[in-house]
Amino acid sequence: MSEPRYAMVIDTKTCVGCSACVIGCKTENDTPDGYTRDWIVTETRGTFPDLSMTITSQRCNHCEDAPCVRACPTGASHYADGGQVKVSRNKCTGCKACISACPYGARYLHPETRTVDKCTFCYHRIAEGLTTTSCQEICPTTSIVFGDLNDPDSEVVDLLARRKYFTLRPDAGTEPQVYYLI
Amino acid sequence: MNRRDFIKIGSGGAAGAALLGGLTTDWYGSYENKLENPDTDGERIVPSFCELCFWKCGILAHVKDGRITKIKGNPKHPLSRGRLCPRGAGGTGLLYDPDRLKQPMVRVGKNGMQNFEAVSWDTALDEVADKFEMIRQRYGPEALALYYHGFGANWMKHLFKAYGSPNIAAPSYAQCRGPRDVGFDLTFGSIVGSPEIIDMQNSRCITLIGSHLGENMHNTQVQDFATAIRDGADLIVVDPRYSVAASKAKYWLPIKPGTDIALLLAWMHVLVDEGLYDKEYIDNYAYGFDQLKEHVKPFSPEWAYPRTGIEPELIRRTAHLMAGARPASFIHPGRHVTWMGDDTQRSRAIAIVNALLGSWGRKGGFYIPSQLELPKYKYPGYLPPGRQAADRPNASSFPLGDKVLAQGVCNATIPGLAEYDLKGWMVYGSNLPTTLPDPKTTYEAIQKLDFLVTIEVLPAEIAGWSDVVLPEATYLERCDELHNPNYREPYVAVRQEVVPPMYESKPGWWIAKELGNRMGLPEFFPWENSEEYGMARIKEAGLDCDTLQKDGVILGKPEPLYFEEGAAPDFYTNTGKIELYSTRLAEHNFDPIPVFTPPEEAPDGYYRLLFGRTPTHTFGRTTNNRLLSEVYKENHVWVNRGVALKWGLKDGQRVYLQNQDGVKSTFTLPVKVTNRIRPEAVFLVHGYGRKAKLLSFVYGKGVDSAELVTRYKVDPIMGGTGMNVNFVTFIPADEESANPGGHADASTENKEVTT
Repeated sequence: MSEPRYAMVIDTKTCVGCSACVIGCKTENDTPDGYTRDWIVTETRGTFPDLSMTITSQRCNHCEDAPCVRACPTGASHYADGGQVKVSRNKCTGCKACISACPYGARYLHPETRTVDKCTFCYHRIAEGLTTTSCQEICPTTSIVFGDLNDPDSEVVDLLARRKYFTLRPDAGTEPQVYYLI
Repeated sequence: MNRRDFIKIGSGGAAGAALLGGLTTDWYGSYENKLENPDTDGERIVPSFCELCFWKCGILAHVKDGRITKIKGNPKHPLSRGRLCPRGAGGTGLLYDPDRLKQPMVRVGKNGMQNFEAVSWDTALDEVADKFEMIRQRYGPEALALYYHGFGANWMKHLFKAYGSPNIAAPSYAQCRGPRDVGFDLTFGSIVGSPEIIDMQNSRCITLIGSHLGENMHNTQVQDFATAIRDGADLIVVDPRYSVAASKAKYWLPIKPGTDIALLLAWMHVLVDEGLYDKEYIDNYAYGFDQLKEHVKPFSPEWAYPRTGIEPELIRRTAHLMAGARPASFIHPGRHVTWMGDDTQRSRAIAIVNALLGSWGRKGGFYIPSQLELPKYKYPGYLPPGRQAADRPNASSFPLGDKVLAQGVCNATIPGLAEYDLKGWMVYGSNLPTTLPDPKTTYEAIQKLDFLVTIEVLPAEIAGWSDVVLPEATYLERCDELHNPNYREPYVAVRQEVVPPMYESKPGWWIAKELGNRMGLPEFFPWENSEEYGMARIKEAGLDCDTLQKDGVILGKPEPLYFEEGAAPDFYTNTGKIELYSTRLAEHNFDPIPVFTPPEEAPDGYYRLLFGRTPTHTFGRTTNNRLLSEVYKENHVWVNRGVALKWGLKDGQRVYLQNQDGVKSTFTLPVKVTNRIRPEAVFLVHGYGRKAKLLSFVYGKGVDSAELVTRYKVDPIMGGTGMNVNFVTFIPADEESANPGGHADASTENKEVTT
């Protein structure tokens, strides 16, 4: 079997923007007070009463062509074996070049370690053999699916084949790997 | 020579050069990309069930080095199915809230000043028992009332029944779900309960009236909601606000607040007039169809249009949609339904439409629940109280109210308003100043009390008014009563002590038992602790204690859910049928079929005050939770864009709200300028504007909707308090009056593009 290419597919049709993903991530990944690795964006269009609304649970897009990796002077931001974009704390100097480079606002400087922190696609869980990220595990509406795009039998491949989707800031040319179903 | 000299790096010379030579360009670290593991997995994982709201989802609490690191959903528990809402995941924010009550306290007066003094449990409990005994001797046990909310209250209810008081009141009845339960009981002879017996995941058409699923995050219900949407069910949402649910709907009906009964009558009219109702079902199971048919004749969609603001075509189309999907089609009964004071009749109207759709007892409608049989613990019987509850002015008031009215208990505390006066309160987990309408009356009643004891986890406002404050352990630190609800899968779940109680807090069962012993009621507390109590019941039921404690839940045998599967079509009404025409309402001279009364219009420059939920909070119970507040820290007032323009209000600008009676909010809140609400109404999330300074996080953030609810309309049928009858206006705040530390939504972004 080929190398995995991890991606996330999030269904905006069922997501209610409850933020269980946000709180679940905070406790799973023990992020510092005041910082979250994922967040909810609600976008409303139209004028009363002709309205439409899109709710997206956002995080690092684990881009195929990641500006943060290019911007990182030390190699701390790198692609892991499944294509995930990771930050190695032992190499990060906290220079914040990646924070400026990221078009998604996905990164922050951890106030204690003084290194950059962001979503890892729950690398520690996947490395242990689990198949779900913590946001996926907790999501009450089952709107978040993590998986391998190189595995033709995976749910992510199936969903992207069957459903229409969009990605965030395609104009940035980053090849984001978080897909939003519509 | 020293074995090792200090070498100054970079000082030049051979030694320095040699050292540098050993390094590579990654002077800052190694080549290795280390696996960063947050290490939050528990050494122990304890199953229990949640209390961040009242749904009671199964949880798995991870414990490491004696601390709970994270809380996950229990995959074996039918209410969580391995998943949780944000609140459930944020339970550690309650457990480790630095503002928690830490020791028992009693009020002492010194030099004209009143203060709390920290005391031992013995002192505090002796004081409570003495005062209860004094009240019993002077006024009788009925003069002592219990207010409660939450599952832990079972121990206190037991104590009060043993003591002999009938005045046991939960605001979740008359301030919340009561009218719905009475309305459905009058129609179907059963209530929808909690969890509501809705077969949502199998539904083809879901109609919500003011029910903001998704913002109101009852876990399983929202799971089922998502399943239905995923499977292509149609959604009709009736709400003056473009709720999250409305954004998912095929039809959003932005109704004028308070006119739902008109819409429901028009829907009945269309279903009956066009023959779209389930004729066979009605013939078999219903009583009073002919009267209903006659009654709804005049209520055409054209009649409803000027009243509701919903176009006739839209009323017809939605009626067709819901009828086309029947019986897998229902109108949600709602949960917080105390709106206009005619709420039982609105719930009746909802129940009648459901009957016309043939949805009760049918797949995709309402299922027939079952309960795992669990013998009660064998106590001596409670003696019946000497007097009826004092919660209503006279015996004939609110004849169909089948539970004690919380506001009535408050009124009965003011001398002369009830058949006898109440003299003491125990308040368990219910912050009355933000729970009951008309807080002025609550404060007045509190001043009349001989004694007030509060059992709480947090220093909520009610604690500050108490004579004795008892700090309870959180749900994560205590073993409670067993939970075996009426549900689609019968089960029993256990709440277990995950970590020992922090500070000097104690579990409710211990407090009740200690008080019982002091009050001469030891025979009602024969068990050593709640675990022994629970396991005695489990053994008696022939179930395995170890399995329950290991898994957190034991499932029972599923029963048929629908009439077509063999569930019995039993309707516990006077006629034994679904009462479209209510014989009981007729007996009591109420309208046997709902009629529409137009709501009062707002005074000029005022807007109807509506309040509700945000997914990360259970009103004031969680707003001090710092973890959950990373998502939502302070409420806003939603103001229609046109109205904001008229007032010159900018998005984020801080205002005070002032109601029709001149009551101005204590604090300010930011305006949310939005297209997502009708111009007549404003909306805010309940549970902010807290005045208790010891809630150091949430103190002063936002506005308390309850302090603006100075008026309410009492439901004459059952005594519920309709609270959506208040109107507010805006008073822009200057910079200095901005709230201390107020700041909205850290990890939430809201964009609105007006096109």
